[in-house]
Amino acid sequence: MNVFIPQPLISYTGDRCVTATGNNVDDVLRDLDKQFTGIRFRIVNEQNQIRPHVRIFVDGEQEFSLLRKLLGEEELVIVQALSGG
Amino acid sequence: MEQGIALSAGLSIMVATRKGLFFLTPDESRSSWSLSEPVFLGHIINHALLDPRDGRTLLAAARTGHLGPTIFRSQDAGATWQEAQRPPAFRTAPEGEAGQVVSHTFFISPGHPDEKDVWFAGTSPQALWTSTDGGSTWEGIAGFNDHPDYSKRTEDPQAGTPDGPILHSILVDPLDANHMYFALSGGGVWETTDHCESWSPLNQGMSTPLADPEADEEGMERQPGSLHWNEIGPDHDPHSVVMHPADPNLLYQQNHCGIYRISRPETTWTRIGNNMPEDVGDIGFVIGVHPRDANRVWVFPMDGTDVWPRTSPDGRPAIFETRDGGMSWLRRDKGLPKRGWYTVKRQCMSVDDGEPAGVYFGTTSGEVWASVDEGENWSNIAAHLPEIYSVEAVTVR
Repeated sequence: MNVFIPQPLISYTGDRCVTATGNNVDDVLRDLDKQFTGIRFRIVNEQNQIRPHVRIFVDGEQEFSLLRKLLGEEELVIVQALSGG
Repeated sequence: MEQGIALSAGLSIMVATRKGLFFLTPDESRSSWSLSEPVFLGHIINHALLDPRDGRTLLAAARTGHLGPTIFRSQDAGATWQEAQRPPAFRTAPEGEAGQVVSHTFFISPGHPDEKDVWFAGTSPQALWTSTDGGSTWEGIAGFNDHPDYSKRTEDPQAGTPDGPILHSILVDPLDANHMYFALSGGGVWETTDHCESWSPLNQGMSTPLADPEADEEGMERQPGSLHWNEIGPDHDPHSVVMHPADPNLLYQQNHCGIYRISRPETTWTRIGNNMPEDVGDIGFVIGVHPRDANRVWVFPMDGTDVWPRTSPDGRPAIFETRDGGMSWLRRDKGLPKRGWYTVKRQCMSVDDGEPAGVYFGTTSGEVWASVDEGENWSNIAAHLPEIYSVEAVTVR
């Protein structure tokens, strides 16, 4: 599936849109990490929680659970807030 | 891989800031300085330094906006950087239990000279980490992080400094790889003699904001409302602890409650800040030591009165120097502005090993000041930088 990467993490992927596979959101993030080492830990902390101010959308709907099942045809968008100074 | 800036052999000042990493390089006389372009622009760099064991490896502790914390490493004197394969991270808690999350790595230290590729790191929340592969993968040190009394020894992650409680001032004894210290803000100074297997507090003699050890000695009257002094607890707040390179048994400490020194195997700190001028006091964050003279120390006092502005007392910036191990102090402000409201954070003073030694400090207002005559005269060598988090004078090979 297509995964859209937030601008601050494009240094890992080189592209705004990359492809990854998995049966759920967590699988997809782990597949991303295999391709682009280190990217998952910047999105998800060591307690497997999506970091504050990071949002994940599946087909336009915000997803809070990393265990959300996927069929493989979805579009996953990762968004990072740019709040702060 | 991140492109950086290759440092030339010789002296450089690594300036870690809230918005990236900068390098200052001098001419031969250290009278003229060049400021690099930023590396990791936009990343929060809490600490960056060179491995003195090879003179080529650099590590930088980074946190980026709302993204997770990490460590970057360069093995070619800054030309290119790679991210750690596994940065410091707590173990995932069993389902249903709350686990800790590393907010940021605050302090990095190379290991013993004989233990090539060993590094240590301190984080917020307070935990100690080590890498045995040059900084690529990091593991928690169970002897402290998993100790049954961990929560008594450390500060609640919701408390502590404005950026959270931190573990800092990791000091490896060059005479004995099994012997190390670190400091907790808050939580005091800790020591191991068995290579991190077990840790003991080293806080005797230290005042805290709530209690004075002398007041608990027999026959002395305690202040009404004051608490009994304990050697363990988050009230102890060492702001910065340094080991003297000329005598590793000698430690100097700038504490929340004053300036102290201890000469091991002594077990009680002596307050040497009582000898500072009364109208200046001995509160501050930084402390720097001479590379060869064990009695020569520099501090940058701050205003710890009233609501603790943490700026220079009376708005008159000055370094204070002792040449006799703290028996007396000299004001050193030649070249510094007559009026200025500087704050100098705990990792923002460094001393090179030149002859004469150079002393450097960085301010939260983005200025770097240098004295290349051991504190006598000061000049501004960089301005308009982001808030400075650490300053390290390093010698690249």
